[in-house]
Amino acid sequence: MADGKSLSLFKDKPIKVLLAKPGIDGHDRGMFVLAKAFRDAGMDVLYAGLLPTPEEVIDTAVNEDVDVIALSLLNGAHLTVFKKVSDLLKARKIDDIAVVGGGTIPDGDKIKLEKMGISGNYGPGTPLATIIAHVTQRAADARRKKLADR
Amino acid sequence: MPSSAQSYWANKIKIIENRHSNDKPEYEKWKNGTLKPWKTQTRIESKEKENSSGIKIGQLYTPEDLTEDQFSRISYPGEYPFTRGVYPDMYGGRLWTMRMFSGFGTPEDTNRRLKYLIKHGETGLSIAFDMPTLYGYDCNNTRADGEVGRCGVNVTTLKDMEVIFKGIDLSKVSTSMTINAPAAILTAMYVAVGRKNGYPESSLAGTVQADILKEYIAQKEWMYPPEAHLRIIKDMMTYCTRRMPKWNYISISGYHIREAGSSAVQELAFTLADGFHYIDMGIENGLSIDEFAPRLSFFFNSSINFFEEIAKMRAARRIWATVLKEKYGATKSRTMLMRFHTQTSGYTLTWQQPLNNIIRTTIEAMAGVLGGTQSLHTNSYDEAWALPSDDAVKVALRTQQIIAEETGVADTIDPLGGSYYVEWLTDKMEEEAFRYFEQIEKMGGILESIKKGYVQKEIASTSYRRQTRLESGEETMVGVNKYVEKGEQPINILKISKKAQINQINRLKQVLETRDKSKVRKSLADLEKAMRNENDNLMPHLIEAVENYCTLQEISDVGRNVFGGWKEPIIV
Repeated sequence: MADGKSLSLFKDKPIKVLLAKPGIDGHDRGMFVLAKAFRDAGMDVLYAGLLPTPEEVIDTAVNEDVDVIALSLLNGAHLTVFKKVSDLLKARKIDDIAVVGGGTIPDGDKIKLEKMGISGNYGPGTPLATIIAHVTQRAADARRKKLADR
Repeated sequence: MPSSAQSYWANKIKIIENRHSNDKPEYEKWKNGTLKPWKTQTRIESKEKENSSGIKIGQLYTPEDLTEDQFSRISYPGEYPFTRGVYPDMYGGRLWTMRMFSGFGTPEDTNRRLKYLIKHGETGLSIAFDMPTLYGYDCNNTRADGEVGRCGVNVTTLKDMEVIFKGIDLSKVSTSMTINAPAAILTAMYVAVGRKNGYPESSLAGTVQADILKEYIAQKEWMYPPEAHLRIIKDMMTYCTRRMPKWNYISISGYHIREAGSSAVQELAFTLADGFHYIDMGIENGLSIDEFAPRLSFFFNSSINFFEEIAKMRAARRIWATVLKEKYGATKSRTMLMRFHTQTSGYTLTWQQPLNNIIRTTIEAMAGVLGGTQSLHTNSYDEAWALPSDDAVKVALRTQQIIAEETGVADTIDPLGGSYYVEWLTDKMEEEAFRYFEQIEKMGGILESIKKGYVQKEIASTSYRRQTRLESGEETMVGVNKYVEKGEQPINILKISKKAQINQINRLKQVLETRDKSKVRKSLADLEKAMRNENDNLMPHLIEAVENYCTLQEISDVGRNVFGGWKEPIIV
């Protein structure tokens, strides 16, 4: 995560991630596994609980000053619901919080989500190390933005 | 719980612990005389194995692993304690029901599908609802955007149910509805559809899942705090026991507990603990156990560790019969026998090399059959990706037909009965489940254990452990952490359009314009009064409300106002 001197301001502060399932979806097994894995990787982990609205997710992310919002849906509604989160961020002109996604996401949809700025979009069976590396990288991007905004 | 109940579990554990002897002279003789020299000669060390429940599996089981009273615990099919099966003839008389869970899009889509199934001889319908319906939100709620008709059929008002069952003779079919938090509302709608078409409620046959305890544990689809939902189940229990003799108002489910990450033993223990809670409720409510318990049925997962699943199902039947007889004083056989539905495991399916999933499902389905299930749903190979396509569903159904009609595994009852390993493992699963029952009792019962997050934490740590074992290679998932292929091509999957949402919103508009608004107001007000009065059974009020075309969410919102919502304990 050492990404050069410009990040020194944050160097002692662990990456802060908000895990959220913003749709009507109770499949939380993966979220709990990720929460533990992220924590074991030294991150600061928040969980938005079940059924938060996209507004609530963003409010929490802003209030808690997270680096990354990690969205998960396994109900097929990712294109509608993830998009709402991404649209709201844009509407509020928030660009220093990265958004990553995961769940049962077909390949074709991954491209669409990427265009919305939602990266990762990992499916079941993805090694935790891959996800952790990606979140770490996106967190570094977000922090660079934060520095630039100062 | 009274202390006598506590001593029941402790007592059982003591009996179980003393059952098996560690003294196995013949086995030792073989191990030292035959196995060890072989190992020295071949220099191959065998790795220690354990199953999902963390039970260490020995290299060999022999008659010394059985106990003197083993046969009394195995008994005969159709006889207490039903280890070998609930019916005397099992599949010899009738095969298990191949009940394929389906539902998608609009009520019209689902009506067409149901009629198609009936035309092809199916008499057991099984309906899946979409997420907004499962959580008690109307199709026009902003939260429902993008989710209408996606994971099942959408029901917002009685009108939708009328369309789903249009032209179907409700006296000839049984309908299983996978619905939990709003189960009483959907039951009320089914009654209303029946009435409109001249079928009295006493003639309606079917099942609603309605197992709210496992929602707090695993599936997480609730509207109110647990006590409020339990009160509604109590009302359904009383109403259906007395007035709807063919309506199974609850299906106690381990499936979702397992999918949420539990082990087989945890699935067994937490599901049965939920079952005992419902038994306690019925008794507290003045029903006699022999009057209501025969209507309870179960729903288990069949995962990939073949013998562990079979042992789990055999143990489940035996525990249920034993505890209902010994602890609750059931007297009729019918009360003690545990009937259950089985579904193969969704979690074990991989999006990598999806055709491998056909094999996984086959093995899991076979375990369900050898475990003595009453009905079976087989998953489709593309379900790690999406709802199944037509082709994939057909393969899944054919899998059951091949097991039933080609393999001969159903030719004789409980063919694994008497296997040293299977009987030992059945005993072991039973023992571990009893340890959980005691632990749960000590924590103040299953409801308290759930509210404290104990059950959820147990599941989450099993699930995390499994994940780390996969990552370290201690456990294998073919195509995922071993025999991995690069550059796999995507498969064709079912796509669901947004059309369902538009149609549903339009129909709702029509209903809202044409219904009698004063009747709506009155029935919602009556319902609220009834919700505030614990002694007023909600069922008649719910039936009236749906008949007046109050929407699912209007009805659910009355409850949200009266009972409040629910935030789960934080276990992250």
